[in-house]
Amino acid sequence: MDSAASDARTPLGASADNGLKIVIVGGFGVGKTTMVRSVSEIRPLNTEETMTRASETVDDVSEVRGKTATTVAFDFGRITLDARNVLYLFGAPGQERFWFLWDRLFSGTLGAVVLLDARRIEDSWYAIDRLERHGTPFIVACNDFGGPRHDPADVRDALDLDPHVPIVECDARSRESSKQVLIALVQHIQRHLGDRPARTDSSLRETV
Amino acid sequence: MRRPGRDDTPDRLYTLTGGRTRSGPDSPFDLVTLVVAESEPTTGMQSEHVAILRMAQTPIAVVEVAAELGLPVSITKILLSDLLAAGRVSARHPRTSALPDPDILEQVLVGLRSL
Ligand SMILES: Nc1nc2c(ncn2[C@@H]2O[C@H](COP(=O)(O)OP(=O)(O)OP(=O)(O)O)[C@@H](O)[C@H]2O)c(=O)[nH]1
Ligand SMILES: [Mg+2]
Repeated sequence: MDSAASDARTPLGASADNGLKIVIVGGFGVGKTTMVRSVSEIRPLNTEETMTRASETVDDVSEVRGKTATTVAFDFGRITLDARNVLYLFGAPGQERFWFLWDRLFSGTLGAVVLLDARRIEDSWYAIDRLERHGTPFIVACNDFGGPRHDPADVRDALDLDPHVPIVECDARSRESSKQVLIALVQHIQRHLGDRPARTDSSLRETV
Repeated sequence: MRRPGRDDTPDRLYTLTGGRTRSGPDSPFDLVTLVVAESEPTTGMQSEHVAILRMAQTPIAVVEVAAELGLPVSITKILLSDLLAAGRVSARHPRTSALPDPDILEQVLVGLRSL
């Protein structure tokens, strides 16, 4: 498909020193890869991680040998934010088996976008459930696949979504629209942080 | 480019890591830890190590290394641990911890808005 030449990496600047993560999670075919591609400065890359059914020692190659492991693939893209900060966007499946990997792969993530197709809302129930339990801040983005417009209030109802969690509409094929989704997420994370009780260590807050 | 991992039989992965089976639960590498080469490849070096040192001439995230090598992330981390222990690469770990730093969030927002 791709020639060797098109595989040439776009290198990061020498001063890049802080990698950040945002995860786009959702059911089959909701547009995760499309959204990553829309905003990424590199062609989305694909990689995979192995996990055992027991889920703990997933680094264990002997488990792979013993065929007790399964593999989860995910794709990702990259946005250079400034001289030091680089944001990685991960498109990850929302299916049950994937969540064994969440802590290992996506701990420390800034937050998540739950991408959904309003015609198949139930596909995202599981992901929302898990994110709530993990305490990972997230927003819901309804990807526009045409057809009748779905009222965000109905979507909120069907998801039984906490009232403070934003729902935005988007077109994952559009760079501008996908960018707005990410901005909405980061603003939500800011509010989420602001709502938390002040830290006992007040010096941390006063540096802002 | 080939799809990562497709042809990787477990035995090949086992050989790649010198038979070691774990990078350890305390593996210092995050998916987005940026790796930077601190030396040139030398002759006789394992080909994956050579490839990593070449691609890490500028900072590159662990997950990018895995994708470029076409290897699972866990195997990539084992290879990187070896290079780190030998002082051949350095690692720039993400600064965000459990609670994101408000300053960093603001920088993310500024960066996204100027896309
Ligand atoms: N009409 C419309 N089509 C879209 C949109 N986003 C994605 N698509 C199409 O939907 C299909 C699936 O999109 P992908 O980005 O591959 O979805 P995915 O979530 O990565 O799919 P899997 O990784 O297979 O689960 C593709 O044919 C896209 O072109 C959108 O906003 N509107
Ligand atoms: Mg996809």
